[in-house]
Amino acid sequence: MSASDPIAQPAADARPGRAWRPFALTAPAIILLIAVIGYPLLTIVLRSLSEPEWGLQNYAWFFGAPVNLTVLQRTFTISAWVTLVCVIAAYPYAYLMTAVGPRVRLVLVLCVLIPFWVSGVVRTLSWVILLQDSGVINSLLRSAGFSGVKLIRTQTGVVIGMAQVLLPFMILPLYSVMQGIDLRLMRAAQSLGARPSRAFFTVYLPLSLPGVYAGAIIVFILSLGFYITPALLGGPRSTMLSTLVQTQVLSLLQWGRGGAMGVVLLVTTFVLLALAAPVMRSRHREAGRR
Amino acid sequence: MNPVQASKGAAIDLESISKAYGGFKALDGVSLRIEPGEFMTLLGPSGSGKTTTLNVIAGFTDVTSGKLLVGEKSVVGVPAHKRNIGVVFQHYALFPHMSVGRNVAYPLTLRGIDQATRQARVARALDMVKMGDFAHRYPSELSGGQQQRVALARAIVFDPPLLLMDEPLGALDKKLREWLQLEIKRIHRELGTTFVYVTHDQEEALVLSDRIAVFNRGRIEQVGTGRQLYDEPATLFVGRFIGDSTVLRGQARSDGNSTALSIAGETVTAPRRLAGEASPVMLLRPEKLSLCRPGQNAANGANRLSGTIAEAIYLGSESKYEVKLADGSGAIVRSALTGESFGLGDKVELCFDGTDAKLLADDSTADTTLT
Amino acid sequence: MEMKPLTRVLLGLVCLLVAIWLVAPTLVVVPMSFNENKSLAFPPQGFSWQWYENFATNPDWSNSFLNSLKVASIVAVLATVLGTLAAFGLDRMKARPANLLRMLMLTPMVVPGVVLAIGIYAVYLDTQLVGTLLGFVLAHTILALPFVLIAVSASLEVFDRRLETAAASLGAGALTTFRTVTLPLIAPGVASGMLFAFATSFDEIVVSLFITNPYLKTLPVQIFASITRDADPTVAAVGTILLFATTILIGGGMLLLGRERKGRQ
Repeated sequence: MSASDPIAQPAADARPGRAWRPFALTAPAIILLIAVIGYPLLTIVLRSLSEPEWGLQNYAWFFGAPVNLTVLQRTFTISAWVTLVCVIAAYPYAYLMTAVGPRVRLVLVLCVLIPFWVSGVVRTLSWVILLQDSGVINSLLRSAGFSGVKLIRTQTGVVIGMAQVLLPFMILPLYSVMQGIDLRLMRAAQSLGARPSRAFFTVYLPLSLPGVYAGAIIVFILSLGFYITPALLGGPRSTMLSTLVQTQVLSLLQWGRGGAMGVVLLVTTFVLLALAAPVMRSRHREAGRR
Repeated sequence: MNPVQASKGAAIDLESISKAYGGFKALDGVSLRIEPGEFMTLLGPSGSGKTTTLNVIAGFTDVTSGKLLVGEKSVVGVPAHKRNIGVVFQHYALFPHMSVGRNVAYPLTLRGIDQATRQARVARALDMVKMGDFAHRYPSELSGGQQQRVALARAIVFDPPLLLMDEPLGALDKKLREWLQLEIKRIHRELGTTFVYVTHDQEEALVLSDRIAVFNRGRIEQVGTGRQLYDEPATLFVGRFIGDSTVLRGQARSDGNSTALSIAGETVTAPRRLAGEASPVMLLRPEKLSLCRPGQNAANGANRLSGTIAEAIYLGSESKYEVKLADGSGAIVRSALTGESFGLGDKVELCFDGTDAKLLADDSTADTTLT
Repeated sequence: MEMKPLTRVLLGLVCLLVAIWLVAPTLVVVPMSFNENKSLAFPPQGFSWQWYENFATNPDWSNSFLNSLKVASIVAVLATVLGTLAAFGLDRMKARPANLLRMLMLTPMVVPGVVLAIGIYAVYLDTQLVGTLLGFVLAHTILALPFVLIAVSASLEVFDRRLETAAASLGAGALTTFRTVTLPLIAPGVASGMLFAFATSFDEIVVSLFITNPYLKTLPVQIFASITRDADPTVAAVGTILLFATTILIGGGMLLLGRERKGRQ
């Protein structure tokens, strides 16, 4: 049968003389990529090492100043909180998406997609309106007789706003993994004597973990580099690394120091990605197996 | 692309075609001449090189070495889309975004044929495959058999001098397959173009073909009509691949003009001998064998081998028996229902005429490739 | 999976809260946009269309809107062409180089925005691209490229390449095959890639903040400036317009897709 014939492969492979063609097709994108991403990043790395003079002084300055380390630590803390909030909120939501009929699912999907598509700046603006001292939440609290709470320019406010913006990045991968889980496995577990809750923790949860990992990694990495939401919702005590980079470059014209911070942020991101890569790959294998 | 010339079939010459994928030789010196208007089937087990040969003719695969002539002109290096050869695929390959009519019109549009002519030819091609009423449907609305008929119409609508078919009925059920085989035969007769048909199903090959080329391990074992392949197989592989057969192996002794095989103490002889040094085996067709009770006189032949009935299958018009011989090998016998019938475990004698036994060189690979 | 009624109610409640959290904050711009006072304080006072008028007549707003439209349209076309070509190339490559190049082309998605922004800013300062249309288009194209790549690659993955072999056997050359067979069949992926590219550019803020100047501002830059500078309810009006435009686009798109899928089957 020709399907198993080693030969029944598409025509293009059979023309060794044309092997360069696919590379030619990717060339324009690659060239633009090198010019608009590769070269600028290289510039930043070089500036961090060469301004005002060659050496590691900018990195020494960054890791030597407690205030920078505080911001670095805060960046990680806020990202971790955002990730945690996203996991907790996304898990039941994604599960419900798999469990309901097509009509309700459409509504649930729209609830995720519409904010996802509405301009990020507008969504942050909404949070400013909601969280500010004269905002929706405080005026509701006050009219109910409570005293107002400080939300804007606090870490809590930043986490609430960022988590809302990033939630779709958590829900969508979770949903795609959960969709592939064979629910008959739960029935099998129950037929073997597991209570529903036990069946959930021993069967469903482990099977859904690849989705949690994937979503968590995406959310965490995106959080690290967040700029707009902390800039608008945060105050001096919730500054994140991105804001610091911007201040060094635009306000203080310290390209070397700003560059060094940028490189730290960049390296951190790629290290995390590299660490996550095996998990992501096994997730693909998992998905392929069903 | 001249339609007048194209309406006759083209001859194909393959001369020592080889195709290697790294170390693997998919084709190893294949030579074959296909006459204009002939229905040639490339038959063989999977991986034997028949589909590669088809892909080489179609231009989907480049050859490593060898010459290929279509209509007496070399086409090596000519890309597939300039060869003007119709191809029908096992997986139909109908364009899902075009209606049946547009699918069939596609090759005509590419050839710049005007709309009126196009419509007429599409209608004619669809009528030929009895799908005239389906021009406005989409492929996804058709059954497998209907899709394959549309694919056939699409492959013949531009009057190619040569039509290639790669297991076109492989994905269909038996009834539909048998009916479409007859349809393909009829269309071949009506068109008069050269057909090259790839299949692994020897019955299909026998039904359809003028001639059959039997492929094995990247080579052609034998080319001939179905009768030639059945009656005069050139190799043990061909003998075993075409039709049912019984192979007798034993201690061989050749003298003068005859060969004797001694099988577990019994001896059978055939009045011929094999040229060369290879050890001979005897290949017998089921209808050349007969069964009788031990000691009884046989209807035919001087050769007798004792055995036991291991399987008795009732086939309607006849019965098929599997006999276990003394050396443990099996034999297949077909006998008309009018004769004596046997039950499981009956002691029998297997009789045949020495002239009916084909002497062939033993080839242990024949068994492994077939299973 | 059968759930106890209590679990079911709890689950539904939690999800309702999440849905509200997702959608409601964005809706708050709608009442604010009709505020009579020049304030973003809640609750809004009275009713007026003045902020919509301001958006249409104030050149700061209308120009930035037109700029965004212009940049996003060019980016959508450019990124779609480059991304489709690249996706096609990757699809035809051996797995190893394809995976490597794909990873490379997806980097713009994970590089922190500010790092990329200062890098591009540094290069643009040297090449005088700050505040130019070309500068915006180049930066946004590279950011939009991954989305096109992902969308088109997904379509190519389900595309049956044997159809191309069939087209060749019927007489179609490589380009004709692409135009008449491959492209129509991957069109949904290309279209959604284009939509993503447009949205990415239209919404891009971080890099834009760095490479903007008073002569060329995009809408997000103007919104950002307005939020940080004063409490101008025009941003709420803009937000409301964008919210409705997006909803109509997505809702319409989903309806169309659903209808087409039904028609095909």
